[in-house]
Amino acid sequence: MNASTSETQVPFTTIIGLEVHVQLQTLTKLFCGCSTAFGAPPNTQVCPVCLGLPGSLPVMNQRAFRLALKAALALDCNIASFTKWDRKNYFYPDLPKGYQISQFDLPFSTDGTLEVIDPKGTIGPCRVGIVRVHLEEDAGKSMHDETAGSGDTRIDLNRAGTPLCEIVTQPDLRSPQEARLWLNELKLLLVYLGVSDCNMQEGSLRVDANVNLHIPQPDGRIAKTPIVEIKNMNSFRSVERALVYETTRQWGVWQETHAEMGKTPKQTRGWDDPAGVTRAQRHKEESSDYRYFPEPDLVPVTVSSAQQAAVRSEMGEPPVRVRKGLETRWKISAYDADVLVNQGRQLVDYFEELATLIGDGKIASNWLQQDVLRTLNERGGTIEDFPVRPAALAELIARVNAGDFDTSRAREIFSEMLASGRSAADAVLSMGIAVIGDDELVALCRDILAANPKIVADVKGGKEQAAAGLIGHAKKKNPNINPGKVRTICIDLIRAMQ
Amino acid sequence: MQPADLSAIDLVAAVRQGDLSAVQCTEAFLNRIQYCNGAINAFLNVDRAGALACAESIDVRRRSGQPLGPLAGLPVAVKDALCTADLPTTAASKMLENFRPPYDAFVVSRLRQADAVIVGKTNMDEFAMGGSNENSAFGPVHNPWDFSRAPGGSSGGSAACVAADMTPVAIGSDTGGSIRQPAGLCGITGLKPTYGRVSRRGLIAFASSLDQIGPMARSAADCALVLETIAGHDPGDSTSLTDAVPRYTSLLEQPLAGVRVGRVPEHFAAGLDPEVAKGVEEAFAVLKAAGATVHDIAMPHAKYGVATYYLVAPCEASSNLARYDGAHYGHRASAKPSSAFESPLIEMYCRSRAEGFGPEVKRRIMLGTYALSSGYYDAYYAKALKVRRLIRQDYLDAFEHVDLIGGPVSATPAFKLGEKTGDPLAMYLVDLYTVSTNLAGVGGISFPCGFTKSGLPIGFQLQAPALGEPLLLRASDRFQRLTDWHLRRPPNLTALCTPKG
Ligand SMILES: [Zn+2]
Repeated sequence: MNASTSETQVPFTTIIGLEVHVQLQTLTKLFCGCSTAFGAPPNTQVCPVCLGLPGSLPVMNQRAFRLALKAALALDCNIASFTKWDRKNYFYPDLPKGYQISQFDLPFSTDGTLEVIDPKGTIGPCRVGIVRVHLEEDAGKSMHDETAGSGDTRIDLNRAGTPLCEIVTQPDLRSPQEARLWLNELKLLLVYLGVSDCNMQEGSLRVDANVNLHIPQPDGRIAKTPIVEIKNMNSFRSVERALVYETTRQWGVWQETHAEMGKTPKQTRGWDDPAGVTRAQRHKEESSDYRYFPEPDLVPVTVSSAQQAAVRSEMGEPPVRVRKGLETRWKISAYDADVLVNQGRQLVDYFEELATLIGDGKIASNWLQQDVLRTLNERGGTIEDFPVRPAALAELIARVNAGDFDTSRAREIFSEMLASGRSAADAVLSMGIAVIGDDELVALCRDILAANPKIVADVKGGKEQAAAGLIGHAKKKNPNINPGKVRTICIDLIRAMQ
Repeated sequence: MQPADLSAIDLVAAVRQGDLSAVQCTEAFLNRIQYCNGAINAFLNVDRAGALACAESIDVRRRSGQPLGPLAGLPVAVKDALCTADLPTTAASKMLENFRPPYDAFVVSRLRQADAVIVGKTNMDEFAMGGSNENSAFGPVHNPWDFSRAPGGSSGGSAACVAADMTPVAIGSDTGGSIRQPAGLCGITGLKPTYGRVSRRGLIAFASSLDQIGPMARSAADCALVLETIAGHDPGDSTSLTDAVPRYTSLLEQPLAGVRVGRVPEHFAAGLDPEVAKGVEEAFAVLKAAGATVHDIAMPHAKYGVATYYLVAPCEASSNLARYDGAHYGHRASAKPSSAFESPLIEMYCRSRAEGFGPEVKRRIMLGTYALSSGYYDAYYAKALKVRRLIRQDYLDAFEHVDLIGGPVSATPAFKLGEKTGDPLAMYLVDLYTVSTNLAGVGGISFPCGFTKSGLPIGFQLQAPALGEPLLLRASDRFQRLTDWHLRRPPNLTALCTPKG
């Protein structure tokens, strides 16, 4: 449980808890029929309900509730048989009703866990408790219009009412690296389940972190530094950096002041990514009294065990099981399984199709990691749109295995397949690669041997490396020959002469 | 015969049969409004052109033999708390003075689909908060029986409108008595249906768990006609009930023999005006004569009704009214930069709300905000919810023994305008007999059961278990077949009203 992976042991334990907000992948908002699509012109995906017009009433989106239920079940949470909605009251221009519909004292799920094992083994396994998962509506966006010079604020309510799952962890994480690793796994899980696209650039996944230090004292007591909540981190890398910064900052403050938790109020600090520092936010925002009370416009939701079972049955495998499955079915390493699984369910499906066709997981994994993923990284795009489908790639690999061409030639053919979308056979044809039959190749070798008695004599004399000269001659006669094959045939023929 | 002398049921029949055109009918009532409204101030907005166009289209369709809706040609006034796509909707607040909703309330679209003619929007207490209609930002409504008196509230405009024959029926909303109390003080019939029976979608919310829309008319039979149209499940209101809607007008014939009516002795304690007490006792006698039996029952938690109501309702209101912040719609104060506010945003909120809301609305927002605040929630709101459950249980227990509960609607007949405005607590007590119905979520109806010596109407209230509207309407209708109090009209009204223009 110790603090960090750095060489020098630090004299404290870092305590981190996370609060993750995930936008659910629904077509429509949580309490109205407006689209949740990202990127539409401001205020075009709104209606009286999400604008908070007088007299408008919310109606719960059943699909959003099912998705949230799926996430909670995958996080091993207990599902409440009865859950209700509450209003969280505060004034802000991006909150048109003056309250957010959320869940306060009876969230639909509590007490879960998500365990993460680092396949690279640099960080020990971490098992993180989930305090609660609840469903709420997102607010709109305020944009401060700096260009106008007037300090005007513009409001876009397209996002207002988008379903949001809030996942609150126990303070079980012990280092910034662990936090990042765990977030990666959470994201992967939610994407595998189809609960969220977890796109941080579009704000589909947002993270706040609570962090403080536990410092053993000479008298055996553990001193705890005041908890700081860090906001405004827009990538997992920022989360890690902000936590590293904050840990160091708190250690510095501790050494100066010895200020402990409880003696100062909980502080909220914003992460300034370019500057690489956290900054204290205004006190006003911390001391809000949200005056929660049960939402009278909605009825409580009951969840039967049959409903839970139905959601479970359509859940699919979580990444942790997919990794294990790949390792045992295809005899690939934990590391390789992790690389493939981290690329998403579609890549895993591609891999399994390919491995099945060629009957070899290791070769399939190598091709995927070396060629397919490299190409995807260069060209962008997703595996679903990748022009070379598993069947085509399997055909190519089979021909390599059959000795039709060597790997470097195969890569050229692969590039042609990519560019043209052709099958391996068609690519070979279009590249003018006439595959030489075995009889033809033997005849060709006989001709070369006849034309190069000097080399034949050298080989006969025991200088097998002289055979390299024969390959050059063979390539001149036909550029499509497989050099390895030519060499073997020639040596066999020379031996047969003796 | 003048259209104003016909019941809503007869008017609809006359239009259907072609004895009266929808335009003639609408014009007659519009003229009455033009004549009377200046003195009564029941309307905030009259849509003469829209109403006549609607009536005209009904006549065209009737002449060409096309089917007509069940309320074809019936002029209806709608409380200004219900959204109307083509008319301003203000909730009688300066905050929404220039607000035009982009949509019709569920009830309004049901009325339009039934070919009712919406003639205008009626005055009310601001955001339905009040029991006298004096909290309107656009002036009080005058009781047609005595212009110096309040019509009750908050649906005072709708009640006065029907009492003065400006429309045969009107739509009100009732959060703690806002249909039944003004109906009682104005001598008409008003029904607050079971919570969830009528969709709240498009009703500007005061207290969501208590608000309910209902019909106001001269008779129970006319209320039944309107309720048939506006009741029913709305998938757009999660609290709306899915139970099938009976044909209320066809369920009025069965006699009252064997119906057990409860009487709460505490209702007749000190504070109840003797003339009202007498009228109410006589109403019990009429019900007995009709075959019902009367039984004293206990409602042990009724005395906590007003206290409970004035926690639950303001708490919900403080949240429901948070949206009126000047940011998106409604009144926004002009910026007057001042160092008194910590930011221009806070200044906009404070000034807009200070200017847009009247004193009673502010009072209730403050009450609710305080009661929901951390440290007070358990002592106030949570405790109020517990008492609310006890009150609901009182009703369940009582309805084990009786089918209806009868009693007064309010302790006094219509009081003088200005009489209670200086004393908010006295004003809150006008809801004494009506709030528990809303807290329990059951239905209630009020209708006239007599007049004071000075000629003011006395109201009688009946309450029924959830979805007991058929019995409420049947008992009231039976009462009205045996009496003629509901047929009386304010004397000299025509002479007292000065025509406008
Ligand atoms: Zn919407």
